[in-house]
Amino acid sequence: MMTCQQLIDFLSDYLDGKLPLSQRVAFELHLTLCRDCRAYLHNYKTAIEASRSAFDAPADSLKEVIPEDLVSAILKARQSEQS
Amino acid sequence: MDQDAPPTHSDLELLASLRAGEDAAFETLVRRYGGRMLSVAKRFLSNEADAHDAVQEAFLSAFKALASFDGRAQLGTWLHRIVVNAALMKLRTKSRHPELSIDDLLPKFKADGHQEAPCSRWNAPPVADMERAETQQLIREHINKLPESYRTVLLLRDIEELDTDVVAQILDLNPGTVKVRLHRARQALRTLLDPLFGGKP
Ligand SMILES: [Zn+2]
Repeated sequence: MMTCQQLIDFLSDYLDGKLPLSQRVAFELHLTLCRDCRAYLHNYKTAIEASRSAFDAPADSLKEVIPEDLVSAILKARQSEQS
Repeated sequence: MDQDAPPTHSDLELLASLRAGEDAAFETLVRRYGGRMLSVAKRFLSNEADAHDAVQEAFLSAFKALASFDGRAQLGTWLHRIVVNAALMKLRTKSRHPELSIDDLLPKFKADGHQEAPCSRWNAPPVADMERAETQQLIREHINKLPESYRTVLLLRDIEELDTDVVAQILDLNPGTVKVRLHRARQALRTLLDPLFGGKP
C-alpha cells in the first residue's frame, strides 16, 4: 500500500494527470482510506488557488503608483543614454 | 467600461509618438504602466530599491526595443514580460541572502510513512472572500516568506503560468529541479497558510 509520504511526493504529478495508471490506482486507493491525505490534497489545491487569486485583481496593481523620483530617474537615464 | 483601462487606440497613438521620439510620450508611458510594473517587480524582489532598479532597467530596455515591438501584443503585456525578465536579472546579480530552510515547512512523516501530525481540511473561504484585498495582501506576505529560489519558481509557474521547460530555461535549471521546487514551494505555502485557512494558530 502507498504511504502518505509517497502520496504527497506524487501529488503534483497526480494533479497534472501524469501518474501512470498503476500509481494512480494506488494513489486513489490511499485517498479513500486516509482522511489526512484527503485533507492534505484539498489544502494543497486551495493553496495554489489562493496564490493565484492573490495576484488576480487588476484593481490592486493599478493602485500602485510609481514614485515621482523613479519617474524622473527613468527619464533622466533615457536622456543620458541618448547623448 | 473600466475607466482605469486606457482604450487601446490611445496605446496605439502613444506608440506612434514614442516611435517619433517625442519626449512627452516617454513620460506618459512611464506614468501609465510604471505602477503596474513596479508591483510585478516587487513580487520577485522584496527589496524596494531592487524593485525600482528592475523597473528602470525594464523601461530602458523597452525604449530600445520599441522598434521591434510588433504591436500585435498589448503594450501592457509586452511591458509585463520585460519587467519579469528585468526582475529575474536583478535576482541573479544579487548576492544571495542566507535562505530560510524549506525543510521546516515541508510535512513530516513517521517511520512507517504516515503523516506525523493529523491534517485537517481547510474551510476554504469563498472566492469573493479570498479576493478581498486584505486576504490577498496576507497571502502575498506569506508567499514572500518562501525561500527565494522556491518563491521564484512558484511565481513563474503558478502566477505567470509559464511551462516547466520555459522556466527551466530562464533559470538555467533542469526541468526536474523546477518540478521539485514547485512542489516544495506549494507544500511550504500550504504550511504557511495553515494558520490563516485552518483557523488554528
Ligand atoms: Zn495518507
